[in-house]
Amino acid sequence: MKSKRFEVLANRPVNKDGYVKEWPEVGLIAMNSPFDPTPSIKIENGRVTELDGKCRADFDMLDTFIADHAIRLENAEKAMALDSLEIARKIVDINVTRQEILDITLSITPAKLTEVVGKMTIVEIMMGMTKMRARLMPANQCHVTNVKDNPVQIAADAAEAGVRGFAEMETTVGIARYAPFNAIAIMVGAQVGRPGVMTQCALEEATELLLGMRGFTTYAETISVYGTEPVFMDGDDTPYSKAFLASCYASRGLKMRFTSGTGSEVQMGYAEGKSMLYLEARCLAVTKGAGVQGTQNGSVSCVGVPAAVPGGIRAIAAENLIAMLLDLESTTSNDQTFTHSDLRRVARSVPQFFSGTDYICSGYSATPNYDNMFAGSNWDAEDYDDWNIIQRDMKIDGGLQPVREDDVLKARNKAARALQGLFRELGLPPITDAEVEAATYANGSNDMPDRNVNEDLKAIEDMMARNVTGVDFVKALDKAGFPDVAQNIYNMLRQKVAGDYLHTASIFGDNFHVLSAVNAPNDYHGPMTGYQISEERWKQISDIPNAIRPEDI
Amino acid sequence: MTFDEKTLRSVIAEVVKEMAGQAAPAAAAPAPAAQLAAGKMTLTEQGDAPKGAAPDEVVIGLAPAFGVYQKETIIHQPHDKVLREIIAGIEEEGLKWRVVRVYRTSDVCFIAHDAAEYSGSGVGIGIQSKGTTVIHQKDLPPLSNLELFSQAPLIEMDTFRQIGKNAAKYAKGEAPTPVPVRNDQMARPTYQAIAALLHIKETEHVDNDKRPQAVSVSFQ
Repeated sequence: MKSKRFEVLANRPVNKDGYVKEWPEVGLIAMNSPFDPTPSIKIENGRVTELDGKCRADFDMLDTFIADHAIRLENAEKAMALDSLEIARKIVDINVTRQEILDITLSITPAKLTEVVGKMTIVEIMMGMTKMRARLMPANQCHVTNVKDNPVQIAADAAEAGVRGFAEMETTVGIARYAPFNAIAIMVGAQVGRPGVMTQCALEEATELLLGMRGFTTYAETISVYGTEPVFMDGDDTPYSKAFLASCYASRGLKMRFTSGTGSEVQMGYAEGKSMLYLEARCLAVTKGAGVQGTQNGSVSCVGVPAAVPGGIRAIAAENLIAMLLDLESTTSNDQTFTHSDLRRVARSVPQFFSGTDYICSGYSATPNYDNMFAGSNWDAEDYDDWNIIQRDMKIDGGLQPVREDDVLKARNKAARALQGLFRELGLPPITDAEVEAATYANGSNDMPDRNVNEDLKAIEDMMARNVTGVDFVKALDKAGFPDVAQNIYNMLRQKVAGDYLHTASIFGDNFHVLSAVNAPNDYHGPMTGYQISEERWKQISDIPNAIRPEDI
Repeated sequence: MTFDEKTLRSVIAEVVKEMAGQAAPAAAAPAPAAQLAAGKMTLTEQGDAPKGAAPDEVVIGLAPAFGVYQKETIIHQPHDKVLREIIAGIEEEGLKWRVVRVYRTSDVCFIAHDAAEYSGSGVGIGIQSKGTTVIHQKDLPPLSNLELFSQAPLIEMDTFRQIGKNAAKYAKGEAPTPVPVRNDQMARPTYQAIAALLHIKETEHVDNDKRPQAVSVSFQ
C-alpha cells in the first residue's frame, strides 16, 4: 500500500525542484568545506608573500591580483590575528560601529572572510546586513524586457516601474541587434515614470560599453568575475582586463558594478575543490581590488546550484554580507527563478528583503515572468501586491509602494507617446496609435501587436551608423512636445559629467539629488538608529487601495 | 519514439557499412581499450582524427564522457538514440558524417568548434553527455555559433534529428530556419544542480594533451 499523504507531498511544487547531496572534493558544497584553505597572510617589505596558505611562487593570477590590490596591508597582520569568531561577534554587536568592522574586514583575506561568516546563523547574517549595508536606505531594481523586444511595451513597463518606486532598471534582448531600441525605450519610460531612475542594457561587454559611452544607458552591471583561473580564462579574461574595463566606464562617468556569485565555478566544472562561498569571497576581493564601487552578487543566474545543496540559501545571504564587509554596494540578486515553490521563493528573499540591502532585487521582473528575458525572476509583476503587502505587514521598506491604476495608466500612456514622438523625430519606423493604446493597457507581450522586426533592425543599423547619441534623444523629445521628459534625460546625461553618482551605492532622490554611502551612509547601531521609515513614507507603504476604512461601515 | 521507414533504412545501412568497415582492423589488432559499448552502440577510437577535405561532410564532436562514462542525457535520452537521430538528420540531407571525440575541453562551444575545424565542410556539431548541443562553423569565434541548444532538459529526440538536418543544410551552403529553441523558466529549478553534477563528471575526463580522436560507430 502507498501512503496517500506521501502521494500528496510528492506532488507539491517543492518536490519538482532538483536537489543534490554535497560532494566537497569537486566543490559541490555551499560553505564550510573541509577543503577550503586555512586563512593566513605573510607580509615582507610591504609585499604579501603568503596568502591563505599559498606562498607567492605558487600564486595563480587571482591570488596575485588580490595580494597586490585587494587587502589593506597596514593593519592586515593584526586583523588576521583576531579570532574569526570574535570578528563574527563584533559584526552582530550593536556597540561596535560599522567603521570599526570595516577596519578589520578590509584587512583580511578571502579565506578569513569566509571563515568569519561561516560562524554566523542566518539571523546573525541578517543582523550583519542591517548594520553593514553601505547606504542608509534600501532600494530596489527591476528587469524590463519582453519576448518580442517590443520597445513600446518596454517604455510603458519602465514608466509603471518608475511609479512603483524602482531606483534602477535593467533591460536585455531576445535578438541582440535590438539592443539600441531597448536601451532607448527603457530610458524614456523610466524618466517618464520617475525622474532620476538609472537604466542599463545587459549585453556582450563591448556593445554594453559602447551604448553607455553614446548615452543610451546610465549604468552597467553585467561585468562578470570568477573565483578560479580556468573559469576566467574560459571567457578570455583576467582580473586585470576586467579592471581595465571598469576604468573605461569610470572615464566616461558611468556608474558600474561587477557581478559574480556562488555556484558559477562548479557549474563550469572548475571549482578546484573549494566551497562555493570561498570562491565567491575571492571574486569579491577581485572586485574590491579593481576599485569598483559595488557588486551584483547572490549566486544570480547560478542560483539552482547552491539552492540544491544543504545550506545553500544561507550561503547566498553570507556572500551578500561579505560584499558589505568589503564596503561594496550590494545589489543582492533575488532575480532568478530557482524553485517551483512559492514558500521557498519568499524564504529565499527574506534575508535581503527584511534586512534591507542597497538593491534588494537585481532585478525584480517588471513584467510577467513569461516576458522576462533573464530566464525568469524570483519576483514578477504579478507579485507586485504581495511585495507591497509584505512591506505593510512587516513595516519594512522594500523600495516599492502601492499605486493607483489611474496613475499607472497615465504614466504608461505618456511613455508610449513620448517614444512614439522620439521615433518620429529620429526617422525611425513609426509607432502606431494602436501600439500606444495596447502598451498602455497591456500586462505582457501577448497583449501587444507585432512590429515589423526586419524594418526595426534595419533602422537600428542605420541609426547607429548615423552616430546618434543621447543628446539626439533630448532634442527629439523636446521637438516632439515632451520637454519635461527631454529635460529629465538631459539631467541624467549631465550626471555623467558631475560624477557624483559614481560614489558607492548611489541612487537618485528628488530633483536628481544623489544619495550614496558618502552623503547618506548607513549608521545603524541598534534599535531606533539607522534608516527609520518616516511618517510620510509609512503612509505611502501602508495605504493600500483595497483596505476598508472603518468609518465607511 | 517513432521510427519512419527512411530512418530505419538509413540506420540499417549505416550499421551494415560500419560492421563491414570495422571487421578488418578489429581482427588484425587487439581491441583498443577505448572500445566501449553504450547501450546499443559501440564507439571505437582509432587514433588522431584527420582533418577532413570532403565538402559534403559534417563532423560530430562528442564530449569526453559521451556514450562511455555517461550513457544518457539529463532527461534520460539514451546516447545511442541521440547519435542515431543526429546522423539520420544529416543523411536525410544526403551528406556524409564523421564522429570525433574531443578531449581537450568539456565546453560545448569549443567541442563544436573543434568538430567544425575538422569538418571538410567547415560545419560541425558538438554535443555534451547531458545533451547540450551546438551547431558551429569553423570561421566563427568559438563562443559564437550557428545554433545553440543551451537547455538540455528541453531537447527531445525530434530536435536532435532537426539539428542533424540543419547542420547538413549549413554545410550545403543553405540558410535554414533555425530549429525552434524552447524556453522554460522552470528548467533551472529542476535541473541546474544536476546539470552541474553531470558537467563535473564530464570534465573529469578532459585531457588537455589529447587531440580529437577518430571514432567509428556501430549500432547494435
